[in-house]
Amino acid sequence: MSSSIQNLPTSSGSPDQGGTEPKTDIGEPPKGGSAVSYFLRKLGGALTSMILVVVLGFFAFRMLPGDPVLKIAKERPMSPAQIAELRSQYGLDKPVIVQFWDYLVGLFTGDLGQSYVYRKPVSALIVEYLGPTLLLTATAAVIAIALGLWLGQLAAWRRNSLFDKLASGTSLVFWSVPTFWLGLILLMIFGGTLQWLPTGGMITPGLEPWSLAAVIDVIKHLILPVVTLVAVVYAQFLMIMRASLLEEMSEDYLTTARAKGLTEDEVRTKHAVPNALLPTVTVVFLHIGGLIAGAVTVEAVFSWPGLGKLTFEAISGPDLPLLQGTFVVFSAIIIVMNLAADIIYRWLDPRVRRA
Amino acid sequence: MSASSPTVVDTAKLVRDRRRAEVTKNWYLFRSDVSAMVGAGVLIVFILMAIFTPLIANESMLDVTQQLDVARYAPPSLEHPLGTDNLGRELWVRILWGSRVSILVGVAATLMSMVIGTIMGLSAGHFTGFFGAVVMRFIDFFLVLPSLLLAIVLSSVLERGVFTIVVAIGLTSWASTARIVRSQTLSVESRLYIERARILGAGHRHILFKHLLPAVMPLVLANTTLTVGTAIIAESTLAFLGLGDTNKESWGTILKNSMDISAATAGYWWYVLTPGIAILLVVLAFTMVGRALEAIINPALRSR
Repeated sequence: MSSSIQNLPTSSGSPDQGGTEPKTDIGEPPKGGSAVSYFLRKLGGALTSMILVVVLGFFAFRMLPGDPVLKIAKERPMSPAQIAELRSQYGLDKPVIVQFWDYLVGLFTGDLGQSYVYRKPVSALIVEYLGPTLLLTATAAVIAIALGLWLGQLAAWRRNSLFDKLASGTSLVFWSVPTFWLGLILLMIFGGTLQWLPTGGMITPGLEPWSLAAVIDVIKHLILPVVTLVAVVYAQFLMIMRASLLEEMSEDYLTTARAKGLTEDEVRTKHAVPNALLPTVTVVFLHIGGLIAGAVTVEAVFSWPGLGKLTFEAISGPDLPLLQGTFVVFSAIIIVMNLAADIIYRWLDPRVRRA
Repeated sequence: MSASSPTVVDTAKLVRDRRRAEVTKNWYLFRSDVSAMVGAGVLIVFILMAIFTPLIANESMLDVTQQLDVARYAPPSLEHPLGTDNLGRELWVRILWGSRVSILVGVAATLMSMVIGTIMGLSAGHFTGFFGAVVMRFIDFFLVLPSLLLAIVLSSVLERGVFTIVVAIGLTSWASTARIVRSQTLSVESRLYIERARILGAGHRHILFKHLLPAVMPLVLANTTLTVGTAIIAESTLAFLGLGDTNKESWGTILKNSMDISAATAGYWWYVLTPGIAILLVVLAFTMVGRALEAIINPALRSR
């Protein structure tokens, strides 16, 4: 979201123009400009974010107090010689600049270092665990967006009805609950007590991959983690959609639509909702990041073999190269999603496209 | 003032009266919001319990070596109101002690995040040109990346402890505050009294601290209440992931312990349920109070 650099009142410092400048919020992409310059601007913003992630990834793990090697040495007894050996093994005895260069070269060649715990290249581990995470978060995102937007527009349309109060109330409750706790509760009820669904993993060992039985088995394993993620995230989408539609509802064009003789349902679905969807899209994509963060704890609870579980194991290691790798990859996914949101927004809103 | 009555106007008194009337009106608005009053009640109870925990339950009740003859995994009963854990500790004692760290971390991390968010938001809204643009990019970056991800990174490289958790949450969760403060700053910045101050020769410092800061403060305060809830959830999540201080009780730590012995699938429901309900109650209470405050400050929200 690089949006607003262009929109800041950069009126060469003359204060008297302050009042006439458009005041845009951060979440709102700028209007106008050619498609190419818009795209390049967004791309530039995403690249800057990516550079910040890469720099942060390096300095957080190498520079901050808490020498990683000393940390490992604290966990198990080690001789000074072993510590020095470990240092040179991970390149920690070189000057910082050299380390940073090695790290950059590594990133571009797909080498994210060696995992302390798995004794495997981090990049290989990430590739191995990426698929399940994408399956889990994408499924959850689709369901949460559909459910949240649908319930949100219904709640707004019947404002202050029992349905609205229930919908808003439930979303407040789900919002006030840690994701992992909701997962534990679902696990307890459906995995423990009722034993309807498996308690962890992604597939029962021994099934032939891609057979019908295996697909059904994966779906069974998928239900609880997806429900957990959806429950926590859909509430935010509901509230955004509700607020957005409420803003549309006082508009004159709805009166016109009613005067034409359209039914209430037609007014809602053909006129109000499409307009309310516009501002919602960007915000929804902004929350995808939250969904991915939620995957870390959900995967830990349900032992779902994805990047989240890898992160969880990297924390308990502690396995800093692995943690660094998952951090960079997670961030990259989120930044790309946001870039996509900006592009979709432009494509959806003709007012932005024109010019 | 009309010319016929040359009475001396006590401006200080006028301001005092106006403020008092404002407070009375806002208190009335707050009181008439049932959910806000319930939330405030719940908060007061929890905060009092957290403060007086050492008087209610002695710290020795947490000492595993003194619980050797207490039944382990005892379900809730008259003898063990909330049940006991895998080491024979009473869960109600653990939850009481845990409330201290959970609420303290929530409040401290929020304060930190509010200070950073206000400074960043004010600078992004007030300063134009290169500096403002750089601050803007910085806010965007923190807005896009989920704070949990950054907090995990920070708390895993720093020394484990309560302070680390506070810093990790505080340093990573300020972006949404900055965003709100920025848009408020932009709208205040365009008002005439700012222009007047500028024409009279006011510098950045005067405008920032005398005009903009007071104008954004109410928003920041409402936002604070809402953020405490998020920070408490963040604390429990970090503790659950094993990034907390294992020597200090917190609601997240209790949930982590329950996960370590697979309490959820082993049927020890009270071990999983009670700490989560404590989190739910407190976070919900903070959220309801925060929403009511927000509606008082921003009347446009009231109709929603």
